Amino acid sequence: MSRYLTKRILGMFVVIFLVLSIAFVLVRLAPGDPASLMLGPDATPQEVDDLRARLGLDRPILVQYLTFLANAVQGDLGTSLFFNQPVTQVLAGRAEPSILLALFSLVVALVIATPIGIWAAYRRGTPGDQMSVTTAMLAASVPSFLTGLIFQRYLATDLGWFPVSGYGGPDASFATRLEHLVLPSITLGITNSALILRFTRASMLDILGEDYVRTARAKGMSERRVVLRHALKNAGIPIITVVGLTFALLVSGAVVTERVFNLPGMGNLAVGAVLRRDYPVVQGTLIVVAAIYVLVNLATDLLYLVVDKRVKY
Amino acid sequence: MSGLASPAPGFARQLTARPLVTVGLAVFVAIVAACFLLPALGVTEIGGMSVRSRLSPPGSEGYPFGADAFGRDLLARLLVAGRASLGIGLGVAVLSSALGIVIGLVAGFFRRLDTPLSRLIDAMMAFPDILLALSLVAIFGGSVGNVVLALSIVYTPRIARIVRASTLVIREMPYVEAARALGTRTPAIMLTHVLRNIVSPILVQATFIFAYAMLAEAGLSFLGVGVDPATPTWGIMVNEGRQYIDNAFFLILFPGLAIVFSVLSLQIVGDGLRDALDPRLAKET
Repeated sequence: MSRYLTKRILGMFVVIFLVLSIAFVLVRLAPGDPASLMLGPDATPQEVDDLRARLGLDRPILVQYLTFLANAVQGDLGTSLFFNQPVTQVLAGRAEPSILLALFSLVVALVIATPIGIWAAYRRGTPGDQMSVTTAMLAASVPSFLTGLIFQRYLATDLGWFPVSGYGGPDASFATRLEHLVLPSITLGITNSALILRFTRASMLDILGEDYVRTARAKGMSERRVVLRHALKNAGIPIITVVGLTFALLVSGAVVTERVFNLPGMGNLAVGAVLRRDYPVVQGTLIVVAAIYVLVNLATDLLYLVVDKRVKY
Repeated sequence: MSGLASPAPGFARQLTARPLVTVGLAVFVAIVAACFLLPALGVTEIGGMSVRSRLSPPGSEGYPFGADAFGRDLLARLLVAGRASLGIGLGVAVLSSALGIVIGLVAGFFRRLDTPLSRLIDAMMAFPDILLALSLVAIFGGSVGNVVLALSIVYTPRIARIVRASTLVIREMPYVEAARALGTRTPAIMLTHVLRNIVSPILVQATFIFAYAMLAEAGLSFLGVGVDPATPTWGIMVNEGRQYIDNAFFLILFPGLAIVFSVLSLQIVGDGLRDALDPRLAKET
């Protein structure tokens, strides 16, 4: 167990080191000098030189890389060129809407997908099962901006049930902020319900074919009890995996949804940073989001130990 | 030859065994044919701009799908944009498969390279699709080729993982050992014995990547960081239509539906391919 943990955590550090290295290389892949690209065509040579010195671009590449790694390990991801603030501070200011959106849309996705997935597996091969699988594919085929725009047009603008966009302004109460998250959460939840539905159905199908399910039925246990007590409990593990992965992706995968509803989250920040060529912010967002993904992945694996007593590392 | 066999006889019959797959295939072929054949046959005139027809609703005379803000025929524009959207999807599927096959084969075949390459694949997969694509397009610039390259980099790890896993299994097969004993060189073993046997899972995954890449391209264009707007794609059309969301919703709806139908039909075909090519994988869906 402790050997597994040590190995797993070491592996995680290797992946995070690679993530940092990829993020470092990415920004330096840009053709031309990053400083002149960031400042645009109107910058004077003096301004470009100053920025190069400020970013450390005038030093040898290996020194730049080592400095970048050393700073990142200490939680310093550089300074935003646009906000003139540390990248970590800029990101922290945008974390709340992104994390809440991820959480709520995951709840929406689970509420839609789990019951349908169980039902579809139970009714395997029937028209109802096929319809639910096809509907899941449809949900995964509709771009989230289309769902978002349709909701915005009809539920927010026409019917006035929800705020059209934004996060309620700087002094908005928590309740107002939550209100602004309803439509984005439903939009993103629908898109992500597809994957969870297919996983729930697949893992339930496996479990329903197991010997102990047959035994439970043979003992005369009610179908309801068989499905809820025996099957669902054991189908939990694969479902936890996909929920973990979906959550990690949601934190940033919400880029498009945040943009549609103009939520001031990390995704929206990343798009703005790309358009403004604020590379330190682009780099910082990539690193933070990838680190969240890696950590959630680890947490999911450890959760297995709690949920399934048979799993021993 | 092995459990991971290439397309079985009667493949077409198996593929179309499920009516839904036949419908999906028909819809996808129809979309491709409309986008690539109709404009060439002059069925729809791309037409110039016309101030009088601007924002004409669908069903207006000469504008079956309506006209955009410049008075251009929306149907003609949809067909032209479809070429770029479908072309990008196909380009990404082909390029990411090619890159993924090379990386996966090398990782699966050469034990020393396996760990570093696998960790690199893990690290690449930690970046969310759209965010990585967004950063890559920002760095490379927004031409069609660069969008294809950026999305291919994003999707390559998926193919590489599958190829690596299958290669690890096939490497140990008796016929590979026999080939090696006969003095066959490693590149020849990789191509003739390994690659031929993993065509099926690659083809299935490439079909899904085709669909995901079309969605991702639409997302990038919607965010304003995709292909240069001079080359219209369905995503760009939705983005342009956003300004008229209140009085001309069809400008968003039609390109949006074009994306939905293409991606959905591709996913259904991908599912059908999986069932037809590898019945063991079908169980998982």
